[in-house]
Amino acid sequence: MRASRSGNIWQYVDWPTIWMFLGLVFFGWLNIYGASYTFDQTSIVDFSNRAGKQFAWIMGSLSLGIVLLLIDYKTYDVLTYIAYGLMIALLLVTPFLARDIKGSMSWISLGPVNIQPAEFAKCIVALAIAKYMGQYDYKLRTWRDLVVPFVLMGVPALIIMVLQKETGSALVFAAFLLVFYRQGMSGYVLWCGVAAVALFILSIRFGAVPLPLGTGSVGTLCCMLLLIGIEIYFICKEHPIRWQLLILSGSVIVIYGIGLLINIWWSVPFGWLSIGIVVALSLYAAVVAFYFRRYALIWVALFNLACIGYTQACDFVFTRVLQPHQRIRIEVLLGMKEDPAGAGYNVNQARIAIGSGRFFGKGYLNGTQTKLQFVPEQDTDFIFCTVGEEWGFVGSLGVLILYVFFILRLITIAERQRNTTTQIYAYAVASIFLFHLMINVGMVLGLLPVIGIPLPFFSYGGSSLWGFTMLLFILLRLDAARMEQLR
Amino acid sequence: MINDQYYRRRYIISGITVGVVLIYVIRLFFLQVIDQSTKDQADNNALVRQTIYPSRGLMYDRNGELLVFNQPIYEVTMIMREMKEGWDTVAFCHCLKISREEFNTRIEEIKDRRKNRGYSRWTPQVFMSQLKKEDIASLQEELFLFPGVQIQKRTLRDYTYNAAAHVLGSVGEVNQSDLDNDPYYTRGDYSGRDGLEKTYEQQLRGKKGVEVLMRDVRGRIQGSYQGGELDRTAVAGTDLYTTLDIHLQMLAEELLSGKIGSAVAIEPKTGEILALASNPAWNPKVLVGKERSKNYTTLLKDPTKPLMNRATQATYSPGSTFKTIQSLVCLEQGAITPNTLYPCSGPGSTPIKCTHHHGSPVALDRAIEQSCNPYFWCAFRDLLQKDGYGKDNADFRHRYELWRDAVMEFGLGQKFTDTDLNEQSSGSIPSTKYFDRWYGKTGWKAITIRSLSIGQGEILVTPLQLANQAATIANGGYFISPHLNKHDSMRIHRHNLHIKSKHFDAVKEGMHRVMIYGTGRHYAVDTLHMAGKTGTVQNSHGRDHAIFIGFAPVEDPQIAVAVVVENAGFGATWACPIASMMIEQYLTGEVKRKDLRKRIGESVLNAGVKKW
Repeated sequence: MRASRSGNIWQYVDWPTIWMFLGLVFFGWLNIYGASYTFDQTSIVDFSNRAGKQFAWIMGSLSLGIVLLLIDYKTYDVLTYIAYGLMIALLLVTPFLARDIKGSMSWISLGPVNIQPAEFAKCIVALAIAKYMGQYDYKLRTWRDLVVPFVLMGVPALIIMVLQKETGSALVFAAFLLVFYRQGMSGYVLWCGVAAVALFILSIRFGAVPLPLGTGSVGTLCCMLLLIGIEIYFICKEHPIRWQLLILSGSVIVIYGIGLLINIWWSVPFGWLSIGIVVALSLYAAVVAFYFRRYALIWVALFNLACIGYTQACDFVFTRVLQPHQRIRIEVLLGMKEDPAGAGYNVNQARIAIGSGRFFGKGYLNGTQTKLQFVPEQDTDFIFCTVGEEWGFVGSLGVLILYVFFILRLITIAERQRNTTTQIYAYAVASIFLFHLMINVGMVLGLLPVIGIPLPFFSYGGSSLWGFTMLLFILLRLDAARMEQLR
Repeated sequence: MINDQYYRRRYIISGITVGVVLIYVIRLFFLQVIDQSTKDQADNNALVRQTIYPSRGLMYDRNGELLVFNQPIYEVTMIMREMKEGWDTVAFCHCLKISREEFNTRIEEIKDRRKNRGYSRWTPQVFMSQLKKEDIASLQEELFLFPGVQIQKRTLRDYTYNAAAHVLGSVGEVNQSDLDNDPYYTRGDYSGRDGLEKTYEQQLRGKKGVEVLMRDVRGRIQGSYQGGELDRTAVAGTDLYTTLDIHLQMLAEELLSGKIGSAVAIEPKTGEILALASNPAWNPKVLVGKERSKNYTTLLKDPTKPLMNRATQATYSPGSTFKTIQSLVCLEQGAITPNTLYPCSGPGSTPIKCTHHHGSPVALDRAIEQSCNPYFWCAFRDLLQKDGYGKDNADFRHRYELWRDAVMEFGLGQKFTDTDLNEQSSGSIPSTKYFDRWYGKTGWKAITIRSLSIGQGEILVTPLQLANQAATIANGGYFISPHLNKHDSMRIHRHNLHIKSKHFDAVKEGMHRVMIYGTGRHYAVDTLHMAGKTGTVQNSHGRDHAIFIGFAPVEDPQIAVAVVVENAGFGATWACPIASMMIEQYLTGEVKRKDLRKRIGESVLNAGVKKW
């Protein structure tokens, strides 16, 4: 097969992905029209309103897609690092050129339109990481091999978070962890992430709730019980000797039992007692590690000791590092504060809008909550409310299922690559879409804190639409090229 | 890729994707299918139910004259947000004839969320309410100068005549128990508080309409919801045709002025109330609109108790008017015949003296004519002692109970339950138990309760009951519960008495003689063939109450009347002329005795009585 001529690109391009892309974009556009629709409005392509503007962005996006498909695939490889350098430079200067839009310094004003460079950064970082990790001599064996990819990922993330004050856009770069995982990074890193979130929630939510007996907080106790469980699990896994599980867990139970008994006469500091047990188990793990040469247990011991510090630092992070508005969003999410008029307003109105859609929805353009502007940001970050209100459970389910098929299709594309670079890039694309979907819909449904990132292809905005288009169509171009590399 | 040891991780990543979406689908299912609360919350957010008030039913008299109607009043509302620079406060105050200070105070009240909980800068707020057309006329002309200001129309009750305030009743704001008992009402609604307005509330109020509108997050109205599909138009209340003859009513009130008392006229054959006057009364217009609560308090504090409807709520001993019933019961129960004679020694009689000088002995017709007290004492005594006293007075007590039952058939001692009169007293015909309590079971005899024979003592009746009594005699043995709705024939509410009609003829003859030879002769009109009975009732509050009952014409009664004038003196002097003129007015359409009308109407017997 010789298929390097551009005229044949349409033969090899992955049409199912394109159809799904077009479906999402079109349905998204209908909902932007629905969300920005007012009663005296008639035309869907009136350029003075957002649906009309989005139409223009969509036309641009389609043209961009076609252009990206027509470019020779080798061009991307050649330009990757140059683009990465230019992108970092652009991100660095952005805060100085940007106007302050709701506290964010990420928008550059270009005449009539504002663009957000961070939306395009994702694509370029993905290309750079893919190129680096796809080299012939690259092999992911130890954590040292991940230093460069982490730097490639972390630098733009830090610039966006610290200089541009766009926490949401920066968090998206965490999606690359999934890519590293697929390439061989230890699964424990992901578990550490899960544990970090769990410990954070436990210590923030219950850190101030005193125990009914003795002293200490419910948060500390729960965190330490979690760590005790983790520690016993790994000790028994790495060094399986008879009765060990029974002895270790039995001792813990006995210690707590004695504590409860003493508590009848004197108040027992159960919080400190639990921390002590974790420290003791860590020492035991270290002893086992050196004595029986189970060195992995050293990491377990260190991890647990670090976690003790982490749980104690959570409160500091929460009250000092996070900004007040972020703190309140988390407090509202965890049910520590009722604030339906203030910080909880968006989430509460989103819940009402989606819930009132019921099973079949109120019908297109009949949503009262979105139409009458009860939901803020309803055509951008909260666009999913319009879907929920006007198309009901059926429509929301349909959209979510379409996204699942879309992402699974990207994974399928990734897995059929023979070129490692393309495979890594494809996983990056899939992970970024998954991350956006998860954060955005989770936020709208009140399951995650309010983090302002767009729902791909749905949220109004040219930068995000073009950014996602770039991400996707470069993948389609590289994918189409796999036939050409076959020879 | 070949030899990819992490190949299986594609399934984990796919699994995470599916897992996350699955959690979201479950959450969506909970929000959109299971949780029912968001529907109402969404409606509360976006929908405004604007009530359209129906116009309240009108009231007419029996001849179709309009008595009660609705007057438009106006409310000035303003949208604060639209009061921008250039809004001429001085000119606005000038239009409404208020001072700058009043304006500022009112604006502060509107903005105070403690007093005005629904305050929004974007929605109309009531600035002034209950304004007359003339109050807003100049504002209406220059409304365009004041952006955000609107004039809303509402209605209040208005009255053609300054009369019948007690009967018509009034309309006021609903109270908590109305709200609890009837879901129709919402706070701030108006409903009939008393009189006919209350009785016929359901009919008069009509049916509220509703307009479902959408509002945006700022409270601005954005048009009707679902194209007005859920809107309902208001249904106007049904008009009420009353049995009143407004000119008779006004005459009664005119004649009662300056006195405390009441007059009731009934059409005997139908039980329709032609007039129901109670004095002191008030102009019904004073209990309307923003003056209502202030005026109501004034009326409530007035020592003459104008709010009491004396025609139905005040109770009096019937005095000599009760002798008509006494005659009928004694005849029916065989104690006397029309020819039975009893002696009378005038003021020297015992145990009850006679207030008149007349021949002796007398038969029934002359006894009624002369209101002979000894005659009725003897008849009552003979009735009660007809079977002797018996063991433990059992036979006597039985006779008393038979007598009491017969008296109560006239509608005395109880309220008319099958009628539309709201405020009534039951009056009282004492039971054997009542006397037992005072005297012990065997401690009372006929002589003990002798004052009952002449309608004094423990018997209490309302003027309405007196008029009904007159109507019963006029009908010769039945009455239809007195009522006020012309379109309700009330035939099923006919009450037949167990007294033979020939006995009524004898009593009617006696009452006719009263107006020819007896106490009522001065105020009779020969052509009208009146029958009547006067009463002069001793009481503990001062001068005697003057009472009169009567009907006319005797051969085919068209009107039965009862009049009570408190602390006036002789029934013949005060009550009789009022009743006589009312009969004349009703039967001939005018009162020819102009001098008498002027004299009675202008006499002031109680200086405390005010005209409102």
